[in-house]
Amino acid sequence: MAINWFKYAAPSSFYGLAGKLVPWFAWPAAILFCVGIYIGFFVAPTDAVQSEAYRIIFIHVPASILSMFIYLIMAGYAALGLIFNTRLSSMMATSLAPTGALFAFISLWTGALWGKPMWGAWWVWDARLTSELILLFLYLGFISLQASIEDPRRADRAGALLAIVGSVNVPIIYFSVKWWNTLHQGSTVKLSGTSMHISMQQAMFTMFAALWLYAIAISLLRVRSIILERERNSQWVTEIVEMKQ
Amino acid sequence: MNWLGFFEMKGYAWYIWGSYGVTLLIIMVEILLVVHKRKVVLQQLRLIRDAEIKE
Repeated sequence: MAINWFKYAAPSSFYGLAGKLVPWFAWPAAILFCVGIYIGFFVAPTDAVQSEAYRIIFIHVPASILSMFIYLIMAGYAALGLIFNTRLSSMMATSLAPTGALFAFISLWTGALWGKPMWGAWWVWDARLTSELILLFLYLGFISLQASIEDPRRADRAGALLAIVGSVNVPIIYFSVKWWNTLHQGSTVKLSGTSMHISMQQAMFTMFAALWLYAIAISLLRVRSIILERERNSQWVTEIVEMKQ
Repeated sequence: MNWLGFFEMKGYAWYIWGSYGVTLLIIMVEILLVVHKRKVVLQQLRLIRDAEIKE
């Protein structure tokens, strides 16, 4: 069976597909979020060193990883749009930015609330924290740069350049705890394994999956509005079901 | 189960509920904004269409 993979590169067909996909990501996200909270608070034991405070990890680590991952996906889409001039890829980049920025903020916020009881400071100018703050500024820069340019195609290209250059920061965040002597601890979960209790791992991975699915659902929902706004002069927009009233 | 003790989180209540509370708030506000944005865009499209029909 021949499948035309490029069919969904057209905003008109992707609009419908995205609409169908949203609930398939949103509901599992909501269920996994509740399961993750349950395991994180009622199954995972109290930590020997950090007592109950460590439970912030179940939000902090997934949000931090996703803030970096979403940035790379965003930069990848933006680069595709820049190179192949595909409108939909640029729209996906625009759609991912606010969610990425919120995850970067959640990472910094939960980090501050964890740092205060453990390190005695809300904030330190440590390599990990500083590079994550720069990530938040890169997201905000991308959003405001695009918002300041009226012509969407020019906004796409300008944003893409910023996103691509800024992606250098992601490996810096990731390796900062190895390259520099940071107050922030090293990675708890490595490819070689982890010292975490099994139920702590389950809670963290469940929350990670929940936030990942949430990010996909909300970006698909947001990109539908972006598609409609940008394609409003196309014939297909006047023919969608939502316009039949 | 002792719920009061649970919420106290051995003295870390503000830090833990501050983390989870703000995260939940951010997610809920984002959902509301995205849903609202969609309504506004569709409304604008209908207004433009109706204006064109009148012409």
